[in-house]
Amino acid sequence: MDPLPASAGSRGELGRLLQAVLTSRGQANAVFDILAVLQSEDPEDIQEGVRTCSRLFGTLLEREELFVGSLPREDTVLAGSQEATQKYKVWMRHRYHSCCNRLEELLSHPSFQVKELALKTLMKFVQLEGGKPLEKPQWESHYLFPRTLFRSVVGGLLIPEDDQSLLISQFCEYLEYDDIRYHTMQVATSTVARATSQQPEVSLTFWNNAFMLLSAVSLPLQERDLTNFYVQHAETSDKWKVIHLKEHRKAFQEMWLGFLKHKLPLSLYKKVLVTMHDSILPHLAQPTLMIDFLTSACDVGGAISLLALNGLFSLVHKHNLEYPDFYQKLYGLLDPSIFHVKYRARFFHLADLFLSSSHLPAYLVAAFAKRLARLALTAPPEALLMVLPFICNLLRRHPACRVMVHRPQGPELSADPYDPLEKDPARSQALESCLWELQTLQQHYHPEVSRAASVINQVLSDPEVSIASLLELTAYEIFERDLKKKTAGSVPLEFIPAKGLLGRQDDLCAQFFTLS
Amino acid sequence: MGKAKRSGARRQVHKAPAGAFGGPAKANPNPFEVKVNRQKFQILGRKTRHDVGLPGVSRARAIRKRTQTLLKEYKERNKSNVFMDKRIGEYNSNISPEEKMMKRFALEQQRHHEKKNIYNLNEDEELTHYGQSLADIEKHNDIVDSDSDTEERGTLSAELTASHFGGGIHNTSQKEGEDGDKPKSRKELIEELIAKSKQEKRERQAQREDALELTEKLDQDWKEIQTLLSRKSQKSENKEKKEKPQPDAYDMMVRELGFEMKAQPSSRMKTEEELAKEEQERLKKLEAERLRRMLGKDEDENKKKPKHISADDLNDGFILDKDDRRLLSYKDGKMNIENVQEQQSKEAGGQESDQKEDEEEGEDESREDTEESDGSDSHSDLESNTESEEENEKPKKEQHQTPGGQLPSNGQKAPKAAGAELPYVFAAPESYEELRSLLSGRSTEEQLLVVERIQKCNHPSLAVGNKAKLEKLFGFLLQYIGDLATDSTPDFKTIDKLTVQLYNLCQMFPESASESIIFVLRDAMHEMEEMIETKGRALFPGLDVLIYLKITGLLFPTSDFWHPVVTPALMCMSQMLTKCPVLSLQDVIKGLFVCCLFLEYVSLSQRFIPELLNFLLGILYIATPNSKSQGSALVHPFRALGKNSELLVVSDKADVTTWQKGSLSLHWASRLSTVTATKANHIRLSCLASCLTLLKHCVLMYNGLPSFHAIFQPHQTLLTEHLVNCSLPQDLQDLSGSILSEMESQKQHCRPLICEKSKPVPLKLFTPRLVKVLEFGRKQGSTKEEQERKRLIHKHKREFKGAVREIRKDNQFLARMQLSEIMERDAERKRKVKQLFNSLATQEGEWKALKKKKFKK
Repeated sequence: MDPLPASAGSRGELGRLLQAVLTSRGQANAVFDILAVLQSEDPEDIQEGVRTCSRLFGTLLEREELFVGSLPREDTVLAGSQEATQKYKVWMRHRYHSCCNRLEELLSHPSFQVKELALKTLMKFVQLEGGKPLEKPQWESHYLFPRTLFRSVVGGLLIPEDDQSLLISQFCEYLEYDDIRYHTMQVATSTVARATSQQPEVSLTFWNNAFMLLSAVSLPLQERDLTNFYVQHAETSDKWKVIHLKEHRKAFQEMWLGFLKHKLPLSLYKKVLVTMHDSILPHLAQPTLMIDFLTSACDVGGAISLLALNGLFSLVHKHNLEYPDFYQKLYGLLDPSIFHVKYRARFFHLADLFLSSSHLPAYLVAAFAKRLARLALTAPPEALLMVLPFICNLLRRHPACRVMVHRPQGPELSADPYDPLEKDPARSQALESCLWELQTLQQHYHPEVSRAASVINQVLSDPEVSIASLLELTAYEIFERDLKKKTAGSVPLEFIPAKGLLGRQDDLCAQFFTLS
Repeated sequence: MGKAKRSGARRQVHKAPAGAFGGPAKANPNPFEVKVNRQKFQILGRKTRHDVGLPGVSRARAIRKRTQTLLKEYKERNKSNVFMDKRIGEYNSNISPEEKMMKRFALEQQRHHEKKNIYNLNEDEELTHYGQSLADIEKHNDIVDSDSDTEERGTLSAELTASHFGGGIHNTSQKEGEDGDKPKSRKELIEELIAKSKQEKRERQAQREDALELTEKLDQDWKEIQTLLSRKSQKSENKEKKEKPQPDAYDMMVRELGFEMKAQPSSRMKTEEELAKEEQERLKKLEAERLRRMLGKDEDENKKKPKHISADDLNDGFILDKDDRRLLSYKDGKMNIENVQEQQSKEAGGQESDQKEDEEEGEDESREDTEESDGSDSHSDLESNTESEEENEKPKKEQHQTPGGQLPSNGQKAPKAAGAELPYVFAAPESYEELRSLLSGRSTEEQLLVVERIQKCNHPSLAVGNKAKLEKLFGFLLQYIGDLATDSTPDFKTIDKLTVQLYNLCQMFPESASESIIFVLRDAMHEMEEMIETKGRALFPGLDVLIYLKITGLLFPTSDFWHPVVTPALMCMSQMLTKCPVLSLQDVIKGLFVCCLFLEYVSLSQRFIPELLNFLLGILYIATPNSKSQGSALVHPFRALGKNSELLVVSDKADVTTWQKGSLSLHWASRLSTVTATKANHIRLSCLASCLTLLKHCVLMYNGLPSFHAIFQPHQTLLTEHLVNCSLPQDLQDLSGSILSEMESQKQHCRPLICEKSKPVPLKLFTPRLVKVLEFGRKQGSTKEEQERKRLIHKHKREFKGAVREIRKDNQFLARMQLSEIMERDAERKRKVKQLFNSLATQEGEWKALKKKKFKK
């Protein structure tokens, strides 16, 4: 065996080593030199090394020159009296292992190129190893998947130290394959469980990584045979779990439940709840298992409970969940900040949905209308343009509530009977009150708001006004719309001539401000 | 397919029997064959088509037709080959047998004559050119040139059309007539035609030439006589002579004088009271218009009638929208106009401007001169006079509009020295940089003078492009003001003065001014929107935006229900108050300024502004210590807790006593870095004071609103808590006390809401609808298209029924035929069987007879 130069960094050198290992078994020890490059400091060298390893072990896997079966200890085999080929295979399998371990470590390398390359190489090994399994099948058509290797890959993605979001998005392209998805779900479940059991405080980055990976998993909606495999199999068997969507769903459910049972950071809570109704709930085997999570989220208050409503509603609507205080909770959520939060459109969309039933009691609807009208007194125009039609729609849906805008023989009251502080809509006495707020808003400075509020002066027309287009309305859009409106005549001008910036003496600005 | 064939056949049948059998049917009206459809009532004007019919005849006709077509088809149903008779005229009865023979013979000859050899040139073949035989052309040898073709003017002679475009009845009859003698071939006919038309053309040409010659001769003659007549009549000369004589100088003068304006009696000079009254009326009218716009009721009516445009209008945007023809008036026995001129000369910056105007007038005059030399119209000098008058009068107009009030300091005190240094004529700046270079580094007065002179030098009446230049000037000035405001030391004094200029420009060019204001507002909004999208909140914009908003309020009526500039500006302010969190004292001042603006905008229309009240509540909140103010309903952008939730709380009690009530300086809004703690505390207190005063304004303004208490309830609770906090100066405590009492004194009236009664929907009436009957027998009361549709539907139905009937009859006919066939076959068979039996019987008989014979023997 030739003594090899220690600094085998250059590409030519590595190529030569690779050739040497692959051509003759006598020169197998050159593997050590290749593996040594992986430990290098320079990312370029590492990349070169990874590529060489990929080529080397890829070829070896294809040639089936690695030991198959449960791996015996290296020294016992070398000392034992087996065939030389057998010894070589065992030895090479050990090198393969050490290479995989190093690659897993490289998944948390600071350079992204290295990380990406390591991930790709590992996934290539997964594919090759799956095709020519390194363990013996125990029975006919036994489904074999390189679980250990794959676990190390996922483990490398879900680390508590670094933000792996970029790498995970790279990994997402593998999630297209059904087998990879299935095993990712399984492995992620166990990884999360292990990470949380080992230490009581888990870092935010770990949760973010885990959420990133989990939310990337999406199951197909239709029932069909899942045969889009990353690891190619000559023939598939009906007995394999990985083929059935039901099994996938089970794994999916386990994964999410395992994830959600931990105490999540607040920002993550929101993210989960935002995606809950359309990407998690429909794929669960038993959606009702989410009830606990959603009800506790609903009790948190603020934006979180607002978001939890969505999931809760789909449970009530589709899975027959009984939730007695639902409307009371919704009523409690109505406070002045509702018009300013980011999820305004979503909330009102849902509220519209919740209140769309014509079987709701009139007192409840009246309470909602009155509360919304009260809140409208503090709302900006873009919200008013949405909430005023909303209130009118409520009145249209429930003719019993029309007394709030039309009470012909009602006595003149000295105070509004409505109690804004009452938490129970049933006792708020909204039905005895009138919507004076809308009458107030007829004096609003924006012409469109004023017009929208003036609708109640006439008898309400029957067809409802669709508010879908108004939900996302922003002030900027209104501004632009106002600008686009064209007047027929010329622009009216002020006829009192200007005398200066602050105007005359009695003007407000001149009273409060000076130019000096 | 069969149906189509059949229907086609049916149509044929309609005609054919009319020729063939119509005659006999009429000739022999068998009364037993006629069927009469008797009508119950005679209706006038109705045409009955089926009153008499001949069922037997028509049935026979139908059967015949079927035997000719359907039966034939039926009999040949299994046969694929067809026998075709190609003999010429075998079935044509029109051709006589001799002719038939002739044609057959000709065809035979032709077959014999087919060319055997293509190289054989000597065969009798005609050479042609454009379809005409060359030999014929040689014979005629009079080719008319192509130019003469135009004389035909596209009309073709009747014969030509007739021969080319088909043979009508006329043609055929002619042909038949000609058939008697020798029938001409088509080729011959066409040749004849061409020859004829050419001859005609030639004749026409000759005729015209003759006429032309004659006219020329006549003209010649007339000219000879004309010299004798020349002095007799002017009229005839004018008419006949080609070139006019040079106009007489005297004539010109006379005509010019005739067109010149005569001195017209002016209306009498008005007294001062009358003037004041007029002014008041004008204001009243404007105010009424403003009110109408504020209520926004009649937006459709709002469309103003197009203003009368005088014939002299140059269409340069200079509009005399008020009747500002100056009326002479006396003041203290002196003519008012002098005053005005004095005033104006002062405004313009002293004597210099007078001089300048002189210069200008000089220019004008020279211009007039050139115009006069053009001699285009004699109005030019009149017009320019009025223009210059208007120029003079403009500042006076301003004075008129502010009775009793003096113009603050519109350059009145402009030092002569400063003015002397400035050039008198400025070119209008083409870019913002130009304007800036003109203005920067000068004192306020000088800047004003410069702007004023730019306006004067580029008055729209002076040159064509001036309007656009001044329109641009507005935008540049606005930008300049913005720059001044964003400066580290904002020059408010200049801005203050420039607003007047802006107002004047805006009055001249409302459209472009509104456009440039909209432009800056959109810029500001866009900036904010970008910030909101990226960060979720925005910062308070710079002072320039606030100044723009203020200027908007000065230039445009803010009380309108909808205004193309003011409504977006309101949106902009709303956005500022809701989306910009208050982070520093500057933000507080800016916010309060916006509040102030907001209130000023709605001071006349008394409209409701939720954002404003939210903001004031927030200001009150940050002026109270957190421990006390917990639990009040705060609205975005304020937070209940956080580092800015005690921004206005006075840190040192000692400063409270030293605080003096004063107004806020706008300078503080731009930079407030180097102030002492005491000063900061004073500013805090001033902010609070203005906030409370604004709140009081709001309370007074909104006390008529139905949900007054619901609106002010949070303010009320906060103020009562505030009062407990006694660390405020006495002034402020008094103020908040008065606000509270004002709030409490407001009675709550909760009148139940009632919808306006809508008009009851009228019941359906059952009086008959009267429709004009245009045509009897048609379905009435619908549009033309509908009638046409109905007609087509009806026709389709009828045709469909007819077709079904036909098919049914066809089937019956076929069945009958088949039956008769079967019967025939059966009869045949029976006959044969009988025959067989007969022969057998005879055989048997013979045999028996033979046997008997044998037996006998």
